Amino acid sequence: MIRFQEVTKKYGHGTALENTTIQFKKGKIYGLLGPNGSGKSTTLKMIAGLVIPSSGTVTVNEEAVTRKIADKVAYLTELDMFYEAFTVDGMISFYASQFPDFDRKKAYELSEFMDLDKNKKIKHLSKGNRGRLKLILTLSRNTEVLLLDEPFSGLDPMVRDSIVKSLISYIDFGRQTVIIATHEIDEIEGILDEAYIIHNGRIEGHCEVEKLREEEGLSVLQWLKKKTAGGSREE
Amino acid sequence: MTEEYTASKPIYVQIADRIIRGIVRKELQPGDKLPSVREMAIQSGVNPNTIQRTYSELERMDIVETRRGQGTFVTENEEVLSVLNEKVQKEVVEQFIHNMKELGLSKQQMIESLEKYGKGE
Repeated sequence: MIRFQEVTKKYGHGTALENTTIQFKKGKIYGLLGPNGSGKSTTLKMIAGLVIPSSGTVTVNEEAVTRKIADKVAYLTELDMFYEAFTVDGMISFYASQFPDFDRKKAYELSEFMDLDKNKKIKHLSKGNRGRLKLILTLSRNTEVLLLDEPFSGLDPMVRDSIVKSLISYIDFGRQTVIIATHEIDEIEGILDEAYIIHNGRIEGHCEVEKLREEEGLSVLQWLKKKTAGGSREE
Repeated sequence: MTEEYTASKPIYVQIADRIIRGIVRKELQPGDKLPSVREMAIQSGVNPNTIQRTYSELERMDIVETRRGQGTFVTENEEVLSVLNEKVQKEVVEQFIHNMKELGLSKQQMIESLEKYGKGE
């Protein structure tokens, strides 16, 4: 269980997250939805121990988050950070050397699943294949918490599709808690259990995906539009 | 590509409907094995928990049966299948009548329209 207790994060004069209390239950798949600059990345980084709250507390399994939480949390950044001269295989070895929970066999399986040549140099990979590699490296860690920041950003529909399929194939449903921050919902709607809307640093809504259809006849995308309609965002 | 789902019904129900239609169209035969939960989840682009719910629902309706350690199979019970056939036909007819009513057609006009279509006019 991941808990935010009255968490505020300020950057200079701006507020990225304001007095937020939320929780993410073990074994569920969450969507963290909202426009760019809404506070999604800040939220994930606070769970990953990369950003420290200005006030309030963030805990993972009752343990206050520090940078050491990296043992328990796998985090896919929206940025692209690789050693260009490495091969795919070299990058896999590097990850294996950094994270004791890294499962090499799974990484190779995933590379095959996504049709990624492990002997290729990273600087020769297409953008789509870099996106695939990021996901392979993150999914190959056996952690209870998996954070994915914009895993589809800038990728074409075929790549998105292969990412969704590998998520379904390789997430350990029921054990891993997964939080996917995105503003592209179509692809992942079917795999989410629940979703939060975050807007201007505040949680503006929470839903259970199947209940939303059952009780309100809305898809997550329609719900998001309804909830954020007319709300302009401050930069 | 992953499939599309409408907003008006839960996804697990929509997948159950698809399987039912497959059975009615005989694409799925009595006794056929359904894909495993994980395979079906990948095919459908949804969470395996959703497929689990779909299978449980179909099992509750006696349309499929789960055999321990073997998987989920389409029922071979003829009676269940014929009731299912009728039910699906009835739904299609109801939908048709609903749509025609919306166009303001009477029962007589609907019958005439169907006959005309049948003759290929």
